[in-house]
Amino acid sequence: MNALTQRLRLIPLLPAYVAVYFLFLYLPILLLPVFSFNNAATTTFPLAGFTTKWYASLVGNTVMLEAARNSLVVGVTVSLLSTLLGICAARAITRYRFRGQKAAAGLIMAPLFLPEIIVAVSLLMIVLAMGLELSLLTVILGQTVFCVPYAMSVLVSGFEGFDRSLEEASYDLGETALGTFRRVTLPVVAPAIVSSLLVSFTISLDEFILAFFLSGTEPTLPVYIWGQLRFAAKLPGVLALGTIMLAASILMLTFAEILRRRAERRTQMALMLP
Amino acid sequence: MPERPMIEIENVSKFYGIYKALDDVSLSIAEGEFFSLLGPSGCGKTTLLRSIAGFETPTHGEIYIDGAPSLALPPNRRPTNMVFQSYAIFPHLDVAENVAYGLKRLKLTPQEEKKRVGDALDQVRLSGLGQRKAHELSGGQRQRVALARALVMRPKVLLLDEPLSALDKKLREEMQVELRTLQKAVGITFILVTHDQYEALALSDRIAVMFGGRIAQVATPKEIYQHPRTRKVADFLGGMNFLKARVLGEQAGAVSVDAARFGAVSLAKPHGFSASDGHVTVGIRPERLRLLWDDDRAPHELAGRIENRAYFGEVTHLTVGIDGLEEPLSMVETNNYGADDLPIGAEIRLAFDPDAFVLLAEDPPVSRV
Amino acid sequence: MTAAALGAAADTPPPARQGRWVRSEEARGLAMISPTFLYALALLLLPVLTVLAYSFWTQDYLDIDRTFTLENYRQALTEPIYRDLFVRSLWISLVVSVATVVFSYPIAWFISFHGGVHRNLWLFLVTVPCWTSYLLRVMSWKVILGYGGVLNTGLISLGLIDEPVTSLLYNSNAVVITLVHSWAAFAILPIYVSLQKIDRTLIEAARDLGDSRMRAFFRVTLPLSLPGVVSAFLIVMIPTVGDYVTPRLVGGKDGVMIATAIQTQFGKGANWPLGAALSVTTMVLVSLAAAVVVFALKFAVRRIR
Repeated sequence: MNALTQRLRLIPLLPAYVAVYFLFLYLPILLLPVFSFNNAATTTFPLAGFTTKWYASLVGNTVMLEAARNSLVVGVTVSLLSTLLGICAARAITRYRFRGQKAAAGLIMAPLFLPEIIVAVSLLMIVLAMGLELSLLTVILGQTVFCVPYAMSVLVSGFEGFDRSLEEASYDLGETALGTFRRVTLPVVAPAIVSSLLVSFTISLDEFILAFFLSGTEPTLPVYIWGQLRFAAKLPGVLALGTIMLAASILMLTFAEILRRRAERRTQMALMLP
Repeated sequence: MPERPMIEIENVSKFYGIYKALDDVSLSIAEGEFFSLLGPSGCGKTTLLRSIAGFETPTHGEIYIDGAPSLALPPNRRPTNMVFQSYAIFPHLDVAENVAYGLKRLKLTPQEEKKRVGDALDQVRLSGLGQRKAHELSGGQRQRVALARALVMRPKVLLLDEPLSALDKKLREEMQVELRTLQKAVGITFILVTHDQYEALALSDRIAVMFGGRIAQVATPKEIYQHPRTRKVADFLGGMNFLKARVLGEQAGAVSVDAARFGAVSLAKPHGFSASDGHVTVGIRPERLRLLWDDDRAPHELAGRIENRAYFGEVTHLTVGIDGLEEPLSMVETNNYGADDLPIGAEIRLAFDPDAFVLLAEDPPVSRV
Repeated sequence: MTAAALGAAADTPPPARQGRWVRSEEARGLAMISPTFLYALALLLLPVLTVLAYSFWTQDYLDIDRTFTLENYRQALTEPIYRDLFVRSLWISLVVSVATVVFSYPIAWFISFHGGVHRNLWLFLVTVPCWTSYLLRVMSWKVILGYGGVLNTGLISLGLIDEPVTSLLYNSNAVVITLVHSWAAFAILPIYVSLQKIDRTLIEAARDLGDSRMRAFFRVTLPLSLPGVVSAFLIVMIPTVGDYVTPRLVGGKDGVMIATAIQTQFGKGANWPLGAALSVTTMVLVSLAAAVVVFALKFAVRRIR
C-alpha cells in the first residue's frame, strides 16, 4: 500500500467524523432559538409556525427583569474584580521568578480542578458560619474565585509574548515605572485585558451552581430559569430568554477572540517574530 | 564513475503552487560515495534530500534507489535512513530504545536486537550510554544517537540533513573527521546536505552545487574549487577576484583573453564556450596573488596600494587598489613576513600566475516561478 | 539580577541587605501575586479547610459539637444510599471522562495536524458551545431527549419509529451524553496543546525508521501527547463527579448523583457535618480513581513501545 492510497483511506473518514462531532456540539445550542420562535407551547416536531410572542412575554415580566438586573450587577463586578486579580497573578507569573510560584499558581487555578458544588458548599459554610447574610455580594465573592483561573489563562497568554526588553527600553529612555506602564505595557496588553473582562462576564452571566447556593433571596438569571423549569408551561418563555443569553454570550466571546488575536499579532510585531 | 549508481535522479521537479523548489534536476550518485548537496538556503538541496527519503513527492521525474523506481514508496519502505537537522531524538525513549526504534519491526530475537544496538552504539562511540534519556545528552551525543539509529537499520543510503550545523565550531570539525571515517568504515552511500562549503570540501567524494532549484555544477572538491564553472559557484566556494576580460582569440581547447592590467592570459576552453559580445568573466582566487617584499622579483608583477586590511590571526586579508582596475583586489597573506603591519595606503607590489585564472560561464537567469 | 536575587533569597536576608531584597525579583513577584493569592486563600483554601473540619464534628439541630468523630465518615461510607451514589457518581464520571477524551482526541489531532492556518478559528468554534450557559445546554438536552422531545418527535415525523422511545431521558445514559457534550472543549484544549508541542520531525523520523502512519502515531504521537490526555482526563473527571444540574434535569431517579445528596444536607436535611463528610469523601474517592486511571494509562502507553 503506498502513501497515496493510505491517505485516501484516512482523509474522508476524518472530516466526516469532524462534521458529526460539530453537529453534536452545536445541535443543543441551535435548538433553543428554533423553538423560541415556534408557535407552540411544547418542543416537538414538526414546527408549528413562526411567532415572537414568547419574546414579547418577557418584556412585562418584572421578576425576570429584576433577575436580569442582578445578573448585570454581579457580572460587571465579577469581571472587573477577577480581571484585576488576574492581572496581578498573570503579571507575577510571566514577569518574575520566585519560590512558591508554582504552589501559588496552583491554588489560584484549583477551581478548574474541583467539583463546583464543593466550592459552592464550602463558601456557603464559611459565609453562614461567619454570620453573614446571603446576598449578591456573596455571589460576587464566590464567582470571582471561580472566574479568576479563566481570566488568568487569558491574561497569561496575552502577557507571555510581551518582551521585557520593551519596558527596559522605556526605562532606558528615561520614563518612570508608572509612565512605562501607561505608555508601553498597557497599550500592548490592553486587548488581553478587555478579552479577560468579556470572558469573565460571560462566565458569571451563565454560572448557576454558586449563584444557586449563595444568592439567597436575590436570584440571578440562571437561578430564575432554574425556578421556571419546574413549570412546563413556562418553557417557551425560558427558551426565548435562553436564546437572548446565548446570543449575548456568543457575541461577547467572538469579540473577546478578535481582541485576543489582535493582541497576539501586536506582541508578535513588537518582537519582530515571523 | 566505474561504480554502479545507487541513486539516480531523473528530471525531478517540485512545485509548490507556481514556485519551483526543484527545477529539472538530474543526478547520479554511486554506491559507496560520499556525496554533498551544497548551496545557500532555499536552493532546493533539502527538498531534494527529502524527496529521496520520501517526505516530499516531486511533481515530475523519477528517483531510482538501487535501480528501483521509488516515488510510489512511502518513507518507511525505502532503503534509506536519515539523520535529521534537529536530530529528532525521541524524548520519551532512552538512547538504546531510540537506536532500537526501527529494529522492532524486524522481529529480531532480544539477543540479536541487543547486539545490533550495542554494535551501533560502539560504532559512534556511545557505548555505555544506552540508558541515558534524550534530554541528558549533549549536542554532539545527540548527533551520534541519530547516526547510530539510522545506521543500525543498515540502509543502502544514509541521508544527512545539515547534521553538523547545530554544533559549535570545534565540535563540528571533530565530527567532520569522524563522519568521514565512519563512512569509509561502513562503506555505504552518504548524501550530505550543507551550506558550509568547507564542510562539503573536506568530506565529500563529489559535490553538487545548487542554486535556485537547479544544479550548477557536479564535481570533485578539488575540481569544483579550482575550476568552478560559473561566477556564482566560484563565489559560493570562497573568495574570488572577478575581472571583465576581452576575448583575443580562440584556439582548439583554449581561449586567450586580455585581462586588463594582468595582460594577455590563456585559459582552458570550457565545454560549450561562447563569448556573445566578445567579453568574458575571469577569476583568480585571493591566495593565488602574492605580496612581493623589497628585492623580490616575479615574472608577472603589478603595483598597487593597500586600501584595507583585516587581521585573522594566521592570515591577513588585504584589499589592494590597482590603477586601471574598476574593483580593488582581495588577497590573503600569511603573517610570517609582517603583512599584518602594513599601513593603509602603503605602496606594494604583487605577483600573480597567469595559469591561475579561470574562465567563468554566465549563470543562467534564475526564475522560480 | 536574577542570580543575585536568588542568592540573596537562599539564606534569609539579613537586615542590612533588606533594601536589596525588597527590590529583588523574588520580592516583587511575591508582592505582585499576593492579592490574588490571598483572595484564593481566604475564599478557597480556608472554606475547603472549614469543610474538612466540619466533617469531623457533629450537629445537633443548630448547635455544632466540636468533638472529633469519624461518625460522619462511617455513615457516608456504609449507608447503602450513599454507597450507591458514590459508586454511580464515580462510574458516570469515569465513563464521561473516558468517552470525552476518546471522542475529542481525533478532533484535537485534526485541528493540530490538518487545521492549517485556520487552527485558531477551529479552536474557537470548538470552544464556543462550552462557554455558553451550562444550565441552558442541559435544558436543551432535556428538550432533545424527552418523551415528547425533539429526537422522538423528529424520528416519528421522519417515519423511522412509530411511538416515542422512553429510554432516552431520565437515566444515566442521558446524564453521560449531556456531560460528554458539556466537557468536550475542556478535553480538546489540553490535548491540542500537547499535540502542538510535538516536533513534527519526530514523526518523520519514525516513518524514516520503518513505521507506517498508524504505527508512528501509536509509538510517537500518542506517547508524546500523553500529558495532554492526562490533564484532559483530570479536568473532566474530577469536576464531573460532583455535577448537580445534569442529574437533576435529565437523570431522573436512575441518574441521581452524589451532589444531590450533598445539597440535601445543606438544605432540607440540615446536617452540615454529614454534607461536609460526603464532600470530602467525594474528593478523596475521585482523586484515587483518577490516580488509578492515570497510572493505568501511562502503563498502557509504555507497553506500546
